[in-house]
Amino acid sequence: MELKRPALVVYLMASSDAPDLAAAAVRGGATAIELGIPYSDPLADGPTIQRAAQRALDAGMTTAGAIAILAEINRRVDVPLVPMTYGAIVESFGLERFCAEAAAAGAEGLIVADVPPEESGALRAAASANGIDLIHLVAPTSREDRLQAAADASRGFVYLVAAMGTTGARESLDVRLDALIGRVRTAAGGTPVLAGFGISRPEQVAAILAAGADGVIVGSAAIDAADRGGAEALEVFVRNLASGLPA
Amino acid sequence: MSVTGTHRPDALGRFGQFGGRFVPETVMAALDELEAAMSDAFADPAFHAQRDALGRDFVGRPTPIYHAERLSEVVGGAQIWLKREDLNHTGAHKINNAVGQALIALRLGKRRIVAETGAGQHGVATATVCARFGLDAVVYMGAEDIRRQRPNVVRMGMLGAEVVPVTAGAGTLKDAMNEAIRDWIATVETTHYMIGSAAGPHPYPYLVRELQSLIGTEARAQMLGACRRLPDAVVACVGGGSNAIGLFHAFRDDPCRIVGVEAAGDGADLHAQSLAKGRVSILHGSRSYVLANEDGQVVETHSISAGLDYPGVGPEHAHLLATGRAEYLGESDADALAGFHRLCRLEGIIPALESSHALARAERVAREVGPGGIVLVGLSGRGDKDVDAIAAREGI
Repeated sequence: MELKRPALVVYLMASSDAPDLAAAAVRGGATAIELGIPYSDPLADGPTIQRAAQRALDAGMTTAGAIAILAEINRRVDVPLVPMTYGAIVESFGLERFCAEAAAAGAEGLIVADVPPEESGALRAAASANGIDLIHLVAPTSREDRLQAAADASRGFVYLVAAMGTTGARESLDVRLDALIGRVRTAAGGTPVLAGFGISRPEQVAAILAAGADGVIVGSAAIDAADRGGAEALEVFVRNLASGLPA
Repeated sequence: MSVTGTHRPDALGRFGQFGGRFVPETVMAALDELEAAMSDAFADPAFHAQRDALGRDFVGRPTPIYHAERLSEVVGGAQIWLKREDLNHTGAHKINNAVGQALIALRLGKRRIVAETGAGQHGVATATVCARFGLDAVVYMGAEDIRRQRPNVVRMGMLGAEVVPVTAGAGTLKDAMNEAIRDWIATVETTHYMIGSAAGPHPYPYLVRELQSLIGTEARAQMLGACRRLPDAVVACVGGGSNAIGLFHAFRDDPCRIVGVEAAGDGADLHAQSLAKGRVSILHGSRSYVLANEDGQVVETHSISAGLDYPGVGPEHAHLLATGRAEYLGESDADALAGFHRLCRLEGIIPALESSHALARAERVAREVGPGGIVLVGLSGRGDKDVDAIAAREGI
C-alpha cells in the first residue's frame, strides 16, 4: 500500500451512503479510507461506531454487501482502501475468500481489531497471498516485545492506539502518547506509523504528527459529522482536520 | 487443595482448536500479567491455604452431596444424587471463582473489579468478595436481566457494588459482557476483570475451571465415600459453562457419561444451545461454538433462565463436544420448570432455574441408566432469585 504522508485516514461504516461520504472525505483531504464491516459485538468500538454498525446491520448489510460497497468506493475515489472488522466476520466468510474478494474490490490493507499477531498466522498468509497488507495494532499498554511483534507483523502501516479504551472522540489522548510514538517509530523501521482512537481535532492531529507519527486515523468524529450533516458536513470536518497537517 | 494440572490448554491457550486470545491489543498485556499471577498463585501454598480457609469459613465448603430419594423413586430409574452448590454462601457456585479471583486481583495490586452478570449470581458473588476485601465493584447487567432477577440487583446494591444497566441488544448476558470488557479495555491498568464463566480469552477459561474444579473433586470423593463407587453419569447445566466444567473436570478420565444441559428455550427456534446448534466462531475473546448467522453476526437467544441465556460457551466445552467426551443436550423452559417444581415438592429444595435444566435432564438420564445406577447432578444454585418471576408467570 502506498500511503501519502502525512496520512489522514477517514473511517466510514459500510452502508449505502458510504460511497458518497468517501468521495466527500477525499475532497476534504482524506488520503485513505478505512471501511468498517459491521459486526454485532464490536468490543474495540465505543458508542458511535457501535450505533453505526447496528444501523448498518438493521438495514440488512452483509459481509458480501460491504465488499460490494468497497468496490463502489474504489470506483469513486483514488486513495488506498482499508477494510476494518473483527475475527468472527473474516473467519465466518472464510479467510481466503474474504481476502480474495476484498482485494478484487480494491482493498489494499486490512485491520482486524481482535486478532493479535500470535493469532494471525493464517490470516496473514491469506492477506499476503492476495496482495493485502495486514495491519496490527499497538497500544499504550503494549510492552516492548509485543510492540516489536506487532510492528514486525504489520504491512502497510502500524496502527498506534492513541487512547486507552474503545474508539470514540475524546478531549485528551493518552499522556504517554509522545513517548509511545517514539517507541513504535523505532520498532517499525520504515513502516509508517498511524495513530487512531479518540482523535477529533486539528490540534490533536498536529501534535501527533509533531511527535513523529506518519498520519492519523479518524473514525467516530467523522461518523458524527456525517450523521449531523451528511456528505457536506463530513467534507467540512475533514478539511478542518487537514488544516492540522503540515503544508 | 492442589491444582490438578491435567488437561491444560496449550501455549496459545487452546483446548484442541478452541480458546485462544481474540481481544484488542490494549488488554493483551493484562492477560499476560494475569496468566503470570495465576501461575504464581497456583504454585504458592499460601494462596491455597488462604483460599481453603475462606472456602471453609466464609463460603461454607465442602458442600454436601445429597441422595434425592423421593425424586429418584418417582422417576423410577437410577439413584439421583445432588452436589449441593446451592448451599454455598450467596447461593450458587459462583462464589468459588469470585474468592479465587479476588485473591489474584490482590496479588496483582488491582483494587477495582469489573464483572458481568446474567442471573445476578456472579454479580452477587463479585459484590460479596469485593465487600469482604474492600475492593470497588462495578457490575454490568442487562436491563432485561435486571427486570427478571430483581432480588439479586437489590443484594448487589446492599453489598456496595455499582450495578450498571446495559440496554444494548436484548439486554442480557452477552450485552453485559460486551460492556464489562469495554470498561476493562479503558481501565485495564487499575482494574481486574472478574469474569464469571469459564469463557473469555486465555487464561480465563483455564483459571475459572481450576477455581471451580473443587466441585467435582469434592463430589467424586464424596460419592466414593457414600456409595463406594463412581456415578454412571454426571449432569450439569451449561450457559458459559463454569459449574459444568467445575463438576466434569474430576470425572474426565473416569468411565462415566458426562452430560451438559443447554437451554432449549421454547423448544423450537428461540433457544441458547450454542454447542448443539451453533457454529465455530469467535465471541468474547475466544474461539468456540457461537449462535451466529452465516456472516458471524451473533443472533438473539432465549431462555427462561438468565444464566443460560448466552449465545457462546466456554472453549473447553467445545473441545469436550468435538472429542466426543461429553454430550450436550437441551431442556426447554417448560421442562425445566417442571423439574423445578418436582424438586421443590419432593425434596424440599428450591433450585435455581439454571440448575432446573440439569434436573430435568437428570431425570431422563436416570431412566436411561436404570435401577441400580447412580446419576450425579450439579445443583449449581438455589432458586430464591427466581421465585418472583416464576410466581408472576404462573399466577401464584
